[in-house]
Amino acid sequence: MAKKEYSFYPGCSSPKGASASNLQVSVDAMCDALDIQLNEIPDWNCCSASIGYGEGGELPRIALSARNLALSEQHNPGQDLVATCAACWLATREASERLRGSDQLMAETNQALAAAGLNLQPEQPQRVRHMVEVLIEDFGFEALGEKVQKPLEGIKIASYIGCQTNRPFGIDGESFENPVYLDKLVDILGGDSIPDYEKKVQCCGGALMFSEPEKSQELVKGILEAAHDNGADMIVTPCPLCQMNAEVYQDQINATHGTNFNMPVVYYSQLMSVAYGKNAGEAGLDGQIIKATKLEDIAGK
Amino acid sequence: MSDMSNAVVEKYHNDFLKEVEAHVEDGEWVKMCMQCGVCAGSCPLGDHWAHPPQELFMMIRAGKREEVLTSDSMWMCTSCYNCIVRCPRGLPITHIMHGLAHYAHRLGLAPEKQPTRVFAKLFWDNITKNGRANELKMGLSLYFKDGFGNGIKEAMKNRPLGQAMMKAKRLNPMEFFGGHGVKDKSGLHAMLAKAREIEDAKLEQGK
Repeated sequence: MAKKEYSFYPGCSSPKGASASNLQVSVDAMCDALDIQLNEIPDWNCCSASIGYGEGGELPRIALSARNLALSEQHNPGQDLVATCAACWLATREASERLRGSDQLMAETNQALAAAGLNLQPEQPQRVRHMVEVLIEDFGFEALGEKVQKPLEGIKIASYIGCQTNRPFGIDGESFENPVYLDKLVDILGGDSIPDYEKKVQCCGGALMFSEPEKSQELVKGILEAAHDNGADMIVTPCPLCQMNAEVYQDQINATHGTNFNMPVVYYSQLMSVAYGKNAGEAGLDGQIIKATKLEDIAGK
Repeated sequence: MSDMSNAVVEKYHNDFLKEVEAHVEDGEWVKMCMQCGVCAGSCPLGDHWAHPPQELFMMIRAGKREEVLTSDSMWMCTSCYNCIVRCPRGLPITHIMHGLAHYAHRLGLAPEKQPTRVFAKLFWDNITKNGRANELKMGLSLYFKDGFGNGIKEAMKNRPLGQAMMKAKRLNPMEFFGGHGVKDKSGLHAMLAKAREIEDAKLEQGK
């Protein structure tokens, strides 16, 4: 298969030393195995995520995403724009759709962009896609399965998709209430999926983990509890904020609720990297706060 | 009430629905709500809203301006988008909640110490300074939002978490001294200033 190229928006949590650096490390390893080339958008900026609305109005927020869209179109023409972070993808795709749906918004946004020496062309916009869409639509489960060198045998994995990878856009052909693509992925990688995992699309509190920690941790408790009750060895997710919220507060949740959670939470790209024969470091497993021991064992084989 | 707030009340002769339609993001959808309550039942923090979305919509139609804009409710939105995909009338409820929160904040009517309001402002200031999020400073400024003494207490409480993040190389102490950002900061700041200027002008003209 020929090399596939995409314009890449990595987002603020992806660089070395940032909260989802292990996502980026494993995405690089996964892309290496699949012969995907990611062309980073030069000088990309923050999308303002799902909490920027408080201070930032509609136009300043759209302008942030429009700047990335303009830089992407200018430097990586003819490529689809791909993001790995749910919030980055959502904000960018929403901005792109709103801009193309309103001549007035496009004109005002271009007025703002002009102050940064940029311009957005209304015609032929780049498609804004999530990495998971790229895997499913441009490769397909069969092709993804063919690359497996080390099946994830004996690992029971709860697929936690969360909110923003799933709503309001979601993955084409999947339902909002019970998407199954992550279960399918676990299965083709040789792991044991839990199709009936009931907290698949439950909210983790999102950005409110920072401002309303008690309320959000109660939501995460439910996500962990259901995974535990279904016999999961670990949770897998596509979203950097879901990953962090579900993994790093388990001590605090245990202290508050008298529970005893010690549940690893990994990214789909880490599962894929290990199954494709990458080592633990390449799969970013050293970035786990709760070690994914069963996955490390397979990576070390 | 702020001067800007008085000016809009005057302009819309107390017709709050019209005001929301004109100034709140996606506010023109409010009148489409049929009061079924699916949004309230779908919200992950539904128990914590004094007024769930359908109630806010009815209050807007009833002209309860102060009750709506000073409410804590829309600040409970986690941006999970459950309400959007389930609403039988297709209202972009998440966006309207964001819009109401922003409008209340802009007019200076939102509850001052509402934690999500405080965090949202910290977040925006953080990301627009250098164009990218500085996660270390975000955490620190959040701990210290209620003053120095409380900040130390919060920081101590969260110290094991921060240390675990640093050990996993997912939190970089060097971010304290600047951190990552875009190269074209002046362009980014000029762009945001222009966008804000266009929005301010529209609010003043009542468009």
